[in-house]
Amino acid sequence: MKAKTDSSTALDIWKLRLYVAGQTPKSLTAFTNLKRLCEERLQGRYVLEVIDLLKTPQLAADDQILAIPTLVRKLPFPIRKIIGDLSNTERVLVGLDLQLESNLRTS
Amino acid sequence: MKKINRKPFPILPKAPTGIQGLDQLTGGGLPKGRPTLLCGSAGCGKTLIAMEFLVRGATQFGEPGVFMAFEERIEELAQNFASLGHDLNALVAQKKLALDFVRVERSEIEEAGDYDLEGLFVRLGHSIDKIGAKRVVLDTIETLFSGLTNAAVLRAELRRLFRWLKDKGVTAIITGERGEATLTRYGLEEYVADCVIMLDHRVSENMSTRRLRIVKYRGSSHGTGEYPFLIDEAGISLLPITSLGLKHLASTERVSSGLPGLDAMMGGQGYYRGSSVLVSGTAGSGKTSLSAHFAAATAARGERCLWFAFEESANQIARNMRSIGIDLERPVRQGRLRFHAERPTMYGLEMHLVTIHKQVQEFQPHVVIIDPITNFNALGSDLEIKAMLTRLIDYFKQQQITALFTSLNSGGRAEEAPEVGVSSLMDTWLLLWDVESGAERNRVLHLLKSRGMAHSNQVREFLLTDRGVELRNVYLGPSGILLTGSARGALEAQEQAQFLVREQESSGRTRALERKRAALEAQIAALRAEYGVEEAELQRGIAQGDARTAMLARDRVEMGRQRQATTTATRTTKKRSGGHPS
Repeated sequence: MKAKTDSSTALDIWKLRLYVAGQTPKSLTAFTNLKRLCEERLQGRYVLEVIDLLKTPQLAADDQILAIPTLVRKLPFPIRKIIGDLSNTERVLVGLDLQLESNLRTS
Repeated sequence: MKKINRKPFPILPKAPTGIQGLDQLTGGGLPKGRPTLLCGSAGCGKTLIAMEFLVRGATQFGEPGVFMAFEERIEELAQNFASLGHDLNALVAQKKLALDFVRVERSEIEEAGDYDLEGLFVRLGHSIDKIGAKRVVLDTIETLFSGLTNAAVLRAELRRLFRWLKDKGVTAIITGERGEATLTRYGLEEYVADCVIMLDHRVSENMSTRRLRIVKYRGSSHGTGEYPFLIDEAGISLLPITSLGLKHLASTERVSSGLPGLDAMMGGQGYYRGSSVLVSGTAGSGKTSLSAHFAAATAARGERCLWFAFEESANQIARNMRSIGIDLERPVRQGRLRFHAERPTMYGLEMHLVTIHKQVQEFQPHVVIIDPITNFNALGSDLEIKAMLTRLIDYFKQQQITALFTSLNSGGRAEEAPEVGVSSLMDTWLLLWDVESGAERNRVLHLLKSRGMAHSNQVREFLLTDRGVELRNVYLGPSGILLTGSARGALEAQEQAQFLVREQESSGRTRALERKRAALEAQIAALRAEYGVEEAELQRGIAQGDARTAMLARDRVEMGRQRQATTTATRTTKKRSGGHPS
């Protein structure tokens, strides 16, 4: 995973990880929101991984997961974390550092 | 005060903390299977007590524990506790302990929408299940409030967390930083309602003391009030002093005071074992020397003596006592005497109490000497000191430790009002003072009281010789003044002379009597000899008389026979001679 961090330009592959705990409404909302956002902004250059902590609780400590749902941007470096059901798109964009890109596109 | 539910059955199960004193205070430990809030300001030992609870649970009570740290990294924790003698990593390797560091950094977290803290639950649940934990510590969960902005979610989740912990059946400690007006900054006491323990770190008169107080304990009685505690290399020790009562046993065994003269004043046997002895006196009246005798005697019996010196260093005491012929260095080498020398101003009264407690538990002495108690005066009011000494005496009595306290009097003849009003607590009270007479100051000793034994009412002179302390009788001069020192010496010499004269006179008389008796006996012997001669003569006379009588009788018989013979002869001739009666 970390081998790819050397060339972290906007055009690199985005590696995203969404932590959920079971099929809760919040998790489903988060997944839907994230999927939409990725399709809009990062089409074709992202990998989305969903981790259900009810199945693999040992993974929670590694990424310092506290809140559910949590979205972790593993790549590009640095790691970023967004918590919540991602309904506030503006804040998700800020959190993912996609704001600049979106501004560029809209202008 | 808080209302305490008085439900005798079922008794609330408790999880022992293993922390000395805390279990006594809580009547067995923290509420089992329930969360306890441990709050206090920074640096008052929250993390330490919480970790101690887990470590002791894992090592002593077979209850593995999970420590969830929000403030310290695992490595830091392990390091900090290594200095307190706990090897956390080893416990983790043995699956007796699980450590989890939860990092909450606001700058790293973006909040975008609705969330809950299920992640925390999952992590905690995983750690608990992994080692089968029975105990959990969350230190300090309030950090969440600074890391997450949505207080409403947080509060709801905390409520859920505590309920969840209860459902899990784990005994939990939740630590919290002390707030301005509330127990904790974020009002955690709202959620944790079963047991709240408050820690405090106060500085008064330049001395800081950590204290612990149980604010509430639902469903259980508990000690109220503040209890000082000590953190050192052996962990935490807490002293629930006021829980001690007057329940100690009274021994009838006696222990020698080390002074035959003093023992003689107490019926020849010395102090009772487990009694408390007060030696009060003016400066330089020999209090420490008396203590040294007691210490040396204790060591000589093969028992252990612990000496708390608040005025002199151990070395100095040993040197000084050598000058009066008491060797304290040997018992120290033999491990029978231990000095604990400290300035009383080192820390507060309560801390001294805890220290003494700890030392006693470590060394297990038979005798404790505290020299002097008056130095505590700088540390508190009379009432506080008296309370402290009461606790101390109670403690010693419970342990059947004979305790000797020295107390310095300010001088003059106000001896009977010692500086600290503790005389009523003491079983035996020895009073030392100086008597000034004939340009001399001499030490005298008086046994003012000694409970439960016949004791001398005499004042004795107290001499410090190079062979130790000696007790001498004192004399009353013609005008009723105590004679001590050289005046006593003179009187003693005078008495000695008088005795000699009397002795000579009396022996003269004896000799005269002896002579008289000898003369009389000679006379008796002469008389007896005379009598003997006379007796022999008389005997001889009697014998001759007898012989004569016998001979006469024989003669008569002979004569008779002969006569009869004649009669027979005459029978035939009767007719001729006309008969003769035989």
